[in-house]
Amino acid sequence: MRQAAKTRLLAAATGALVAAVAATASAPAFAQAKEQFFPVLSYRTGAYAPNGVPFANGYVDYLKLVNARDGGINGIKITFEECETGYATDRGVECYERLKGKGPTGATLFHPLSTGITFAVTDKSFTDKIPIITGGYGRADSVDGTVFGWNFPLGGTYWDAADMLVQHVGKKEGGVDRLKGKKIALVYHDSPYGKEPIALLQERAKMHGYELLLLPVTHPGVEQKATWLQIRQQRPDYVFLWGWGVMNSTSIKEAVATGYPREKMYGVWWSGAEPDVTPAGEGAKGYNALVFLASAGQGQVHKDVLKHLHDKGQGTGKKEEVGEVLYNRGLTFAMMSVEAVKRAQIKYGKKPLKGEEVRWGLENLAIDQAAIKKLGFEGFMTPISTSCVDHAGGRTASMHIWDGKKWNVQPGVIEADQQIIRPMIRASAEKYAAEKKIARRDCAKEQ
Amino acid sequence: MFYRENGQYKTTYAADQQMLPILQDRVFMAGLLVVAFVAVPFFASDYLFLSLLIPFLILTLAAIGLNLLVGYCGQISIGHAAFMAVGAYAAYNIALRIPQLNFLVVLVLAGLIAAAVGMLFGVPSLRIKGLYLAVATLAAQFFTDWLFARVKWFTDYASSGSVSTAPIVMFGWTIDTPVKKYCFLLAVLIVFTLIAKNLVRGHIGRAWMAMRDMDVAAEVIGIRPVYAKLSAFAVSSFYVGVAGALWGFMHLGSWEPLAFNLTLSLNLLFMIIIGGMGSLLGSYFGAAFIVMLPILLNQLPTLLGVPISTAMISHLELMIFGALIVFFLIVEPHGLARLWAVGKEKLRLWPFPH
Repeated sequence: MRQAAKTRLLAAATGALVAAVAATASAPAFAQAKEQFFPVLSYRTGAYAPNGVPFANGYVDYLKLVNARDGGINGIKITFEECETGYATDRGVECYERLKGKGPTGATLFHPLSTGITFAVTDKSFTDKIPIITGGYGRADSVDGTVFGWNFPLGGTYWDAADMLVQHVGKKEGGVDRLKGKKIALVYHDSPYGKEPIALLQERAKMHGYELLLLPVTHPGVEQKATWLQIRQQRPDYVFLWGWGVMNSTSIKEAVATGYPREKMYGVWWSGAEPDVTPAGEGAKGYNALVFLASAGQGQVHKDVLKHLHDKGQGTGKKEEVGEVLYNRGLTFAMMSVEAVKRAQIKYGKKPLKGEEVRWGLENLAIDQAAIKKLGFEGFMTPISTSCVDHAGGRTASMHIWDGKKWNVQPGVIEADQQIIRPMIRASAEKYAAEKKIARRDCAKEQ
Repeated sequence: MFYRENGQYKTTYAADQQMLPILQDRVFMAGLLVVAFVAVPFFASDYLFLSLLIPFLILTLAAIGLNLLVGYCGQISIGHAAFMAVGAYAAYNIALRIPQLNFLVVLVLAGLIAAAVGMLFGVPSLRIKGLYLAVATLAAQFFTDWLFARVKWFTDYASSGSVSTAPIVMFGWTIDTPVKKYCFLLAVLIVFTLIAKNLVRGHIGRAWMAMRDMDVAAEVIGIRPVYAKLSAFAVSSFYVGVAGALWGFMHLGSWEPLAFNLTLSLNLLFMIIIGGMGSLLGSYFGAAFIVMLPILLNQLPTLLGVPISTAMISHLELMIFGALIVFFLIVEPHGLARLWAVGKEKLRLWPFPH
């Protein structure tokens, strides 16, 4: 009797699994007109959730806002679907495959929000013809649109960021030449993300004669005692922090514990948001980080978000978090994506567009100061102008300092030195093209 | 009623020794192969291929490799993703440095290199057993993590430490579409399964199993432990190395050392525990369970039209997945393969059980 019940239970469980498989296999393709589909790869769980959540909230809020305030992009409603990647490459690729064909014209564009996922989907972009936006992350050499036809590191790359940091500390010393004999430590996430800036920092080290200490931190970055012991022994003049998620707050806490001055710590733009500094409390005071496009705060667009979404109970996250650094970054990324679709609509007409058509919009993006003001992003965006050859469109940033309660943006803009970076991009893209046997695009013909 | 071998006489040794002695099993297997090779490529979508079937096929191969070592020879390893990494990086470097080489040759060479490394890390098994050996194999995991992250030559001095593969061409045939990849992988998997099946039925497999069941007794009846244990490590690492190369070239396309971390090692171990230790069929079931179930669970709420936030879905996925593992292990500790065998046994008596 007991055996029979057990067998039946098992049969039921197995049956349910088989049914689930069948259901997935036969998932119908939706065919609805007048809709532009935006896939959202997000991570709201895991070690990177503190940073993934505000970004996703900002991104989704802007998409919702365009629908609620403007009735879509020139009348084309935005639809979107979130897929949880957990910052894991395999799940990210699965999400990409899951979402790329949805909506009447397929996915508009992807923000992988992870350098690992970016590397994996870059290979696929050539056949799928869907743009991959990696604003402020991804492969540094993907600026070269003639090889990386579908990658858009809008606003700058890690090589730009590393260059800006070296320039900034050089200026503090009274000229980059004064960096000779100094020690700069790079505390980095031991993944493609953290390793990207090394090439540029080494190049600059050769030019200016500073010593570069490379201190990797393994995923997820909660154990950094050994790293900071080395910092205590070596006493570097500056520490550059290239972390993400819990690694950032752990680093700052370790700096407090070892007594390394936070004023000499400089974070990349992914290591400079509220979740990174607040766990360290007062100790984080004086810590510096780059600002990518948008700083913390609220402007016209936030008023709209609050009015059209949060006041009606339609907001994605908490109302108090509107205007945080990463929330604003999600908001700006969504805005640039929507603007690219708008730009492409001028050429291809006001209808749902394919990824291939959206690429044209991305390659002809021109968001100047007037446009920024019109969009309500004044103070939260730097002008961007892309082309077929240049997929970044801008490479400036400013610096902000944590005062214990909020981020204060410092006056002055740092611009990455393209004299150094351009030849590196050229060489690296060349190598990739040769390895992958990719023929360069001829931009003169396509435009 | 239908599943009976009454009247099927075995008149030759060959008939007695064949892999599937029952006619119904042969018919079923033939049907399955037809479905897998003909029907699936026609009906499955790209998503199904890329996200479910291709990872399933490759990890099944890896699970078979691990099963040969753990299930058949009784040597526990929790560092097998390391040998996958060795296979993947070996294949990458061979393909990069000798581009004119056929991909099949690259695969075999990658497997051989992984086998050599596997034997090296298998040496401690001659002295230590059980859990102590498991801990020793962890060394392989951490060593390869370190090696491929720090020694730049292996990643061709890539600035980010991430490598990416060239398109696969063999005999003028480019394997680029999901369907082609699926068919190629299926063929590779079938060949390797046949080899494994024959290995474990032959004297080598018998030596492994004798070693597993009682090593002292095995030694007494004349099985050399050095030979048995190291051959198990070599064959197992060869399989896993090939799987690693396929995982890199066919599934990921570009990867970093993190792709072969401890989580993957543990997943491989879970596959054979849930699927069934010492069973090739179990490797298939286990891989299907571990690869497909989380993705299905993740999609289920959306398919059923239940509005839950993505974060909630992810948490639910982990909880239900964990609960199912516990459930299956309580109901059938010998794995899904044993369940299959019980089902077959019952089918023989159906519809008139005692």
